[in-house]
Amino acid sequence: MVDDIRLSAAFGDPAVPEPFRELVPPLTRAAAAEESNRCLYCYDAPCIKACPTSIDIPSFIKRIATGNPEGAAHAIMDANPVGASCARVCPTELLCEGACVLNGSSAPIAIGRLQRHATDYAASAGLRLFAPGEPAGVSAGVIGSGPAGLSAARELARFGFDVDVYEARQVAGGLDSSGIVSFRLPTHVPDWEVRQVEELGVRFHTGVRVGSSLSVEELRGRHDVLVLAAGMGYVPPLGLEGERLEGVYDAIRLVEATKAGRMPSALAGARVAVIGAGNTAIDAATCAVRLGAAEVKIVYRRTAAEMTAYPFEYEFAKQEGVGFVWLTQPLRIVAGPDGKAAGLECMRLQPDGRVGSDGRRLTSPVPDSAFLLEADAVVLATGQERLATLAEQLGIAHRAGVPEADPRTGLTSDPRIYAAGDILHGTGAGEATVVSAAEQGKRAAAAIAAAWLGPDFASRRRAPAVAVPSRHAGSAGRI
Amino acid sequence: MADLSISLAGIRSPNPFWLASAPPTNTGYQVQRAFEAGWGGAVWKTLGEPIINTSSRFAAVHFGGKRVAGFNNIELISDRPLEVNLREIRETKRLFPDRALVASLMVEPKREKWHEIVKRVEDAGVDGLELNFGCPHGMAERGMGAASGQQPDLVEKQTMWAKEAARTPVIVKLTPNITDITVTARHAVLGGADAVSLINTINSLAGVDLETWNTVPHVGGKGAHGGYCGPAVKPIALSMVAECARDPLVGVPISGIGGISSWQDAAEFLLMGAAGVQVCTAAMHHGFRIVGEMVDGLSRYLDRKGLASVAELTGQSVARYTNWGDLDLNYRVVARIRQDTCINCNKCHIACEDTSHQCIDMLNGAGGKPYLQVREDDCVGCNLCSIVCPVDGAIEMVELPPAAPSLTWNERQRALARLDRESIRAEAVEG
Repeated sequence: MVDDIRLSAAFGDPAVPEPFRELVPPLTRAAAAEESNRCLYCYDAPCIKACPTSIDIPSFIKRIATGNPEGAAHAIMDANPVGASCARVCPTELLCEGACVLNGSSAPIAIGRLQRHATDYAASAGLRLFAPGEPAGVSAGVIGSGPAGLSAARELARFGFDVDVYEARQVAGGLDSSGIVSFRLPTHVPDWEVRQVEELGVRFHTGVRVGSSLSVEELRGRHDVLVLAAGMGYVPPLGLEGERLEGVYDAIRLVEATKAGRMPSALAGARVAVIGAGNTAIDAATCAVRLGAAEVKIVYRRTAAEMTAYPFEYEFAKQEGVGFVWLTQPLRIVAGPDGKAAGLECMRLQPDGRVGSDGRRLTSPVPDSAFLLEADAVVLATGQERLATLAEQLGIAHRAGVPEADPRTGLTSDPRIYAAGDILHGTGAGEATVVSAAEQGKRAAAAIAAAWLGPDFASRRRAPAVAVPSRHAGSAGRI
Repeated sequence: MADLSISLAGIRSPNPFWLASAPPTNTGYQVQRAFEAGWGGAVWKTLGEPIINTSSRFAAVHFGGKRVAGFNNIELISDRPLEVNLREIRETKRLFPDRALVASLMVEPKREKWHEIVKRVEDAGVDGLELNFGCPHGMAERGMGAASGQQPDLVEKQTMWAKEAARTPVIVKLTPNITDITVTARHAVLGGADAVSLINTINSLAGVDLETWNTVPHVGGKGAHGGYCGPAVKPIALSMVAECARDPLVGVPISGIGGISSWQDAAEFLLMGAAGVQVCTAAMHHGFRIVGEMVDGLSRYLDRKGLASVAELTGQSVARYTNWGDLDLNYRVVARIRQDTCINCNKCHIACEDTSHQCIDMLNGAGGKPYLQVREDDCVGCNLCSIVCPVDGAIEMVELPPAAPSLTWNERQRALARLDRESIRAEAVEG
C-alpha cells in the first residue's frame, strides 16, 4: 500500500524553488476516503457529461471509496491519457464539479483532487496501466507531444499502431510540460504521462521540428498516417513600438523558463507590466510575483467582465497581489537611458455603448488621456501565434494556419492527415483546454483506427497481464 | 421536564440508560466513571468462575467510510477474581446508591452453583441479577451462555434455581441465536423471571483480512466466531423486543439491548415495549460521555411529545406491530417526486428501473431541463426510491384514498373458506 508520505513525496519537490512548488497539497488517504464516500454515485451522472473526455467519474470515485485506487487510476487514464495533468489544470468549477448535483444542497465533490489522488497513486506505485495493442502493421506519425498528440499516440498504440511522436522542444509534453506554471502543474506530472505512452512502445523524437529539422516529405514517406497536433506558437508580435527592447518578455517563454528551472533573475525587485488578460497573462503575472517582482500590474483594454481568464484564475491573481489596470490601451514601450524597457505609455479607454460581434462591450479612447506606466519589465501575453507554415507545408486546407478539419474526427483535407488540439482552436472546434485537446486526440485516433483497421479496431486493445510496476518504479517519488 | 426515572421489575434508576454487561463494566473504576458521566445503571461484567481471555478480542465493521457500523467480540466473562469484583461492587453501590447496579451471572447449569453465586453477589448489595444465557462464544463451548440459552428447559430450570436463592429481581438475558426468541422468553417467565433483557450478541465473523487471509480478529493466525452488536444489529434486536412485548405469555418487563447509539434508538425500543435500555457499543466507540447526549435528547423528545415520564412512552407502538396476515391489502401509497427539491441524481430511477417496478421516468421539460416523474399507476408503493434518495423530502410517499374497504389476508382467507363451506352446504341441499 502506498502511504500518504510516499503519495506526497513530490509535493514540495526540493529541486524546485519554493515559490514554484505545487500550491495545492494532495489529499491525504483519509481525506480522499471521506470525500469519495460523499459522492452519491449518480446514475447517468451530469459530471460525466460535463467532462470533455467523458471520464466515468462516479465509477472512479467509488473505486477510491472501496480501496481500489489502481482501478480508479485506470478508469481516469483510460478515458483521458493526460488525466493526471487535467486533475490539476482543468477548470473543474466550469466542468465536472460545476455539474455536480451537490452544488447548492451541500458542496460539490472535489473531483479534481480525487482524480489527482488516484493518478498520484498510480504514479507512486509505478503501475503500468495499459499495454500496446496487437500489432496492426500501420505506422503513424504524430506531430507534437502535448495533450492532443500524447492522447492520439497513446490510443493509436493501444490499437496496435506503430507510433512515432515528433516534438520541437527538447522535452515532450507540450504546454503541460512547458506552458503551465509549475505551481499549478509540476513537470513530473506530464513526464509521467509521457512515460506511460513511451512504455507502449511509442518513440518520442524530441528536438525535431517538422518542416525544418525534419522535412514534411521525409515524414510523409515514413508513415501511413499523420496526426497534426503541434499546438500554437509563442506570443505574436503586437506591432508595438519597443516590443523588441531588452526587458520585454514573451509570457509563454517566461513560463517555459521557470518550468525548466531557468529563473529570470531580472524580474526580482522589478516593476512588471503584463499586457493581456487571459489565463496566460495571469500565469505570467503570478510567475513574476513568485520571481520576486516588486509590483505586477495587468494592463487590459477592457474590464474584468470581458477578460478571458477563468474567474478562479482572476481570484488567484488578486490574492497573489497582482494589480489590474482596466480600460487601458498600451501605446508603446518606452526605453530608459540604458536602452532597456522603462515604462509603458498608455491611454485610457471607455465603453462607448457599442457591443462587438462576440457580445463584449467595445471601447473608445478617452481624449488626452495618455500616461506613462513605469515598468522595468513588460510581459506580452496577448495570445499565441498560429503555425501557418506547417499547415502550408503539409499542403492541407487551412485558414490563417488553422487547418480545416471535421470537428468530430479531426480529418483534414488530406485523408492521411488528422488534426487535434490547440492547432484547431479558432475553428469553433472547442475550448483551448488541456482536456478538450486530449479528447480531440482520442477522437482522431479512433477515427484513424476505424479507417485503417475497420470498425472492430477496439478489439486489438490488450490489458497488461497484471498491473506490474513499470520500469520507472524506481522514480516513484516523482509524483 | 419529563421524569426520566424508571422502575424495571422494581429496579429503580434515574434514567433508562444502563450500561450493558460488557467490557465497559469490567471494574469499579469504570462503572464509577460511568455513573459520574450520568448513566442511570450498569450491569456488571458477567461474574462466574474466572476464565482466561485471548489477546486480540474485538473487531468492527466499517461502512461507507463510517467507523463501527457493527462490532464483534470474542471476549469472555470477567477474568478477575470474584472477591475483587464483589468488593468493587459494594464500594460502587455505596458511592452511587441511586443508580441501578445489576450483577450479570453465569455458572454451570447446577443448582448449587446458582444458589452460591446468587447469595454472594446479593450480599455485595446489588439491586438485581441478570442471568447471562446469551454469550455466544467461548463459554457456550463449555455448556454455558448461549448453549444453555438455546435450550428452553435449561433456561427455565436455571432461572428457577436462581430465583430459589434470590431476594432481588431476576432478569434473564436472552440469546438471539435461536429461531423464535419468544419460546425461551416464555420459559424464563415459567422459571420465575421478573424481567427479560434482549438481545445478547449474534454469532459473527467480522471479516477476513484480504492481504493475510486471516480471520478478523485473529489470535495468532486463528479465529473463532464472536458476538455481533452495534448499530447494524438494531433492527434485529428491535423486532425481537417487539415479539416478546406483544406476546401475552411473556408479559414481564423488558430491558432492550442491541445497537442503541442515540436517544432516538432508545425511544424506538421504549415504544416497542422496553421499560429501559442497555448500551455498550456506543460507549465503547465514544466513551461514557455519550450518555449526556442520550439523556438530553430523550428528555427534550418527551417534553415535545407532552409526556410526563418514560413509562408513558413504553409500549406505545406495540399494538401496531402485528402479523403480516393482518395488514390491509387495500392500503395504498405511491411515490411523488418534488421537482423543487430534486437534485437529479437519478438514483431513484435506476433503483426502480433495475430492481423494483420500472415506474420512474427520466424526462426532459421545457428547454431540455431534465426531471424525474413517477408513473403512479405502475407504482406499488415499495418505498425504494425514497430510501435511496439522498435529499430529505424530495420523494414523498403519498397515501391514496383506498379503492376498496380494508381487507387483510387473514380476513380474505376466512371469507373464502366461508364461501367454500356455504357452497358445499348448498350442494348438499341440492344433492
